[in-house]
Amino acid sequence: MKNRIVRMLAVAGLGLGLLAAPAQAAGLQENAEEHAFSFEGPFGQFDRAQLQRGWEVFRQVCSSCHSLNYLRFRNLAEPGGPEFTVEQAKAFASQYDITDGPDENGEMFTRPGRLSDAFPAPYPNEQAAKAANNGAAPPDLSLIVKGREGWYYPWYISPVLKLFKGNGGPEYVRSLLSGYTDPPHGEEREGLNYNPYFPGHWIAMPPPLSDDAVEYKDGTPATVKQMATDVAAFLAWVAMPKMEERKRIGLMTMLYLGLFTLLMYLVKRAIWSRVEH
Amino acid sequence: MSSHASYEFSNPVVRWIDSRLPVFSLMKAQAMDFPTPRNLNYWWTFGGIAATMLVIQLITGIVLVMHFTPHVDLAFDSVEKIMRDVNYGWLLRWLHANGAAFFFLAVYIHIFRGLYYGSYKAPREILWMIGVIILIAMMATAFMGYVLPWGQMSYWAAVVITNLFSAIPVVGETIVQWLWGGFSVDNPTLQRFFSLHYLLPFVLAALVFLHIWALHVPGNNNPDGIDVKSEQDTLPFHPYYTMKDLFAILVFLLVYLAFVFYSPWYMGHAINFVKANPLVTPAHIVPEWYFLPQYAMLRAVPDKLGGVIVMFASLIILFFLPWLDRSKVRSLRYRPVTRIFFWLFAITCVVLGIAGAQPAEGVWLLVARIATIYYFAYFLVILPLLGKLEKPKPMPASITEAVMQKH
Ligand code: HEC
Ligand code: HEM
Repeated sequence: MKNRIVRMLAVAGLGLGLLAAPAQAAGLQENAEEHAFSFEGPFGQFDRAQLQRGWEVFRQVCSSCHSLNYLRFRNLAEPGGPEFTVEQAKAFASQYDITDGPDENGEMFTRPGRLSDAFPAPYPNEQAAKAANNGAAPPDLSLIVKGREGWYYPWYISPVLKLFKGNGGPEYVRSLLSGYTDPPHGEEREGLNYNPYFPGHWIAMPPPLSDDAVEYKDGTPATVKQMATDVAAFLAWVAMPKMEERKRIGLMTMLYLGLFTLLMYLVKRAIWSRVEH
Repeated sequence: MSSHASYEFSNPVVRWIDSRLPVFSLMKAQAMDFPTPRNLNYWWTFGGIAATMLVIQLITGIVLVMHFTPHVDLAFDSVEKIMRDVNYGWLLRWLHANGAAFFFLAVYIHIFRGLYYGSYKAPREILWMIGVIILIAMMATAFMGYVLPWGQMSYWAAVVITNLFSAIPVVGETIVQWLWGGFSVDNPTLQRFFSLHYLLPFVLAALVFLHIWALHVPGNNNPDGIDVKSEQDTLPFHPYYTMKDLFAILVFLLVYLAFVFYSPWYMGHAINFVKANPLVTPAHIVPEWYFLPQYAMLRAVPDKLGGVIVMFASLIILFFLPWLDRSKVRSLRYRPVTRIFFWLFAITCVVLGIAGAQPAEGVWLLVARIATIYYFAYFLVILPLLGKLEKPKPMPASITEAVMQKH
């Protein structure tokens, strides 16, 4: 009797789960295209050359519309990132005019950028950004990779998938940038572009990349896919500049604690072997 | 805790202090010699694990405050500054954010342990009720902490939760404005949440002290739910349970730190990396996982005030549990029928958690409603009835006998 109740309930539970599945699957957004970035997994590190290429893409293309408020020029030369030399980072900084002051006469002035400066924003305020972009302000990209998700699987898949693949932010940025297509049924919308990866599919950003938009110094062919991947990796670093330190300290901590745990298990077993329990 | 200097300590300084303020005697009696049932299983380690998490939250929290700025224009930036420019700031922040989640995990397991083994029954009713107050205080703490980084979900969670109070008839609006410190969730709200988020963990620490005090009067319950009858039934807390707890704490920390180091924002919401914007409502406003069951119950009721009442009732009902369960037998080991309903109840809580993460419509709304009904029926109907109707299995005469039967 008891067993039958349990079995019946199990079947009922499973049925509910299956019913619920299709309701979830229908969404207005495509899953990002999978890509094995070098920084995935517990041992993954950034690919320095890729970050350096991504910086070129950001600097030459994206920075005309997007800010990167949390990035300072000195970060470019810090360990765990693109690791430019300090000289190179200084040279990048000096190409930008930074407003400083007031000086001793109370006047604001501009001077070339320094390592300690933040990357300057293209627009002075949100209103200006909107006015220049058909009413949609380009968001700051410092945290975009953490602030967007790439996967839209049902609830019984996504928690497991995310454990191994992360939230898909870098994949989303990569897919978005290289995923512009012609809209279905030739539909057109004023000031908007069709992109299946964008929530709602219509995005105010015009396709920012075209083949050879930048010239890579390391000779890598600058296809749209390549640039999208590189700039996504670069933005991943900007969003998590301490990732390499985190994984390094993590490994040492886990090894130390794992050993300690093992010892404590042996201690506990030795002590408890004295009594019946 | 009243035993006075009953130990003869060999160290003269210790002896001198102890005869004036018997802290050493107290520690020896309560933390070392304390007689503890010999049959406790690993479910009994989660109290110590929860206490460890509270200490971790306190330490990481106090250091975070040194770098955090509670202001609507600066809070989000100051957290990012912690992540980027403060030495090991990322570590502090991820320890604290994931620490809250693992604190809840430990406490929830601890509570279900109590439910299964009947630890809430006489003479431990007050111990149990202090535990329920701890749970509610923890929830308030975590909710206000979550608002502090001032991301999109922080802000909108504050809007949704404070607005619940507007359902109260007549005075609702006034209460909400009083909570906000104005006419919307804004800087005064953030600053008072910050103040209370700093205060409440210390209240929690005091409550934990009372909880342990109330524990040390009757002593531990145990998996067989029978009273300690002789010294044979017990072991001194140290070294038996100090070492066992320490081992369990380390295993728990390993899992917790795996998240901190390798998936630190797995449990969070991506949208909270976007600065709060009162003009843009996120597509889904979802609380952290540890509030999902309560959230599901809130939304299961078609009426706003009704939902609020049901949600708070789901916590308040726990206070009455010692008197709702009429059975004299504590442990479900000896109550085979109640055991089935207990596991159904546990599954129900998980189902509520899943439903709480889905939009409240269609099948999920139905599921949440059925689960909510079962949640309350378990306490109000099933336990009172089964306490009278169920015939418990024969119980061993003592803890020692139970232990020997196993071998
Ligand atoms: C001509 C200006 C312009 C350029 C150049 C540009 N963007 Fe955008 N971008 C926008 C605008 C405008 C939006 C806002 C779109 C919207 O909300 O519909 C946007 C939005 C985005 C988003 C956010 C999409 C979302 O999920 O909300 C990302 C990511 C992005 N851009 C990345 C980039 C990258 C990387 C580059 C450089 C390769 C770049 N953009 C170049 C104008 C630009
Ligand atoms: C019961 C213990 C506590 C719980 C459950 C708790 C919970 C939380 C949660 C959920 C957050 C948001 C995490 C995030 O997204 O960053 C948070 C943030 C914060 N907490 Fe606590 N907390 C506790 C104790 C403390 C204490 C004791 C302090 C200080 C004395 C403190 C200070 C802070 C600060 C400054 C933040 C904002 C910084 C940040 O976002 O990391 N917390 N807390």
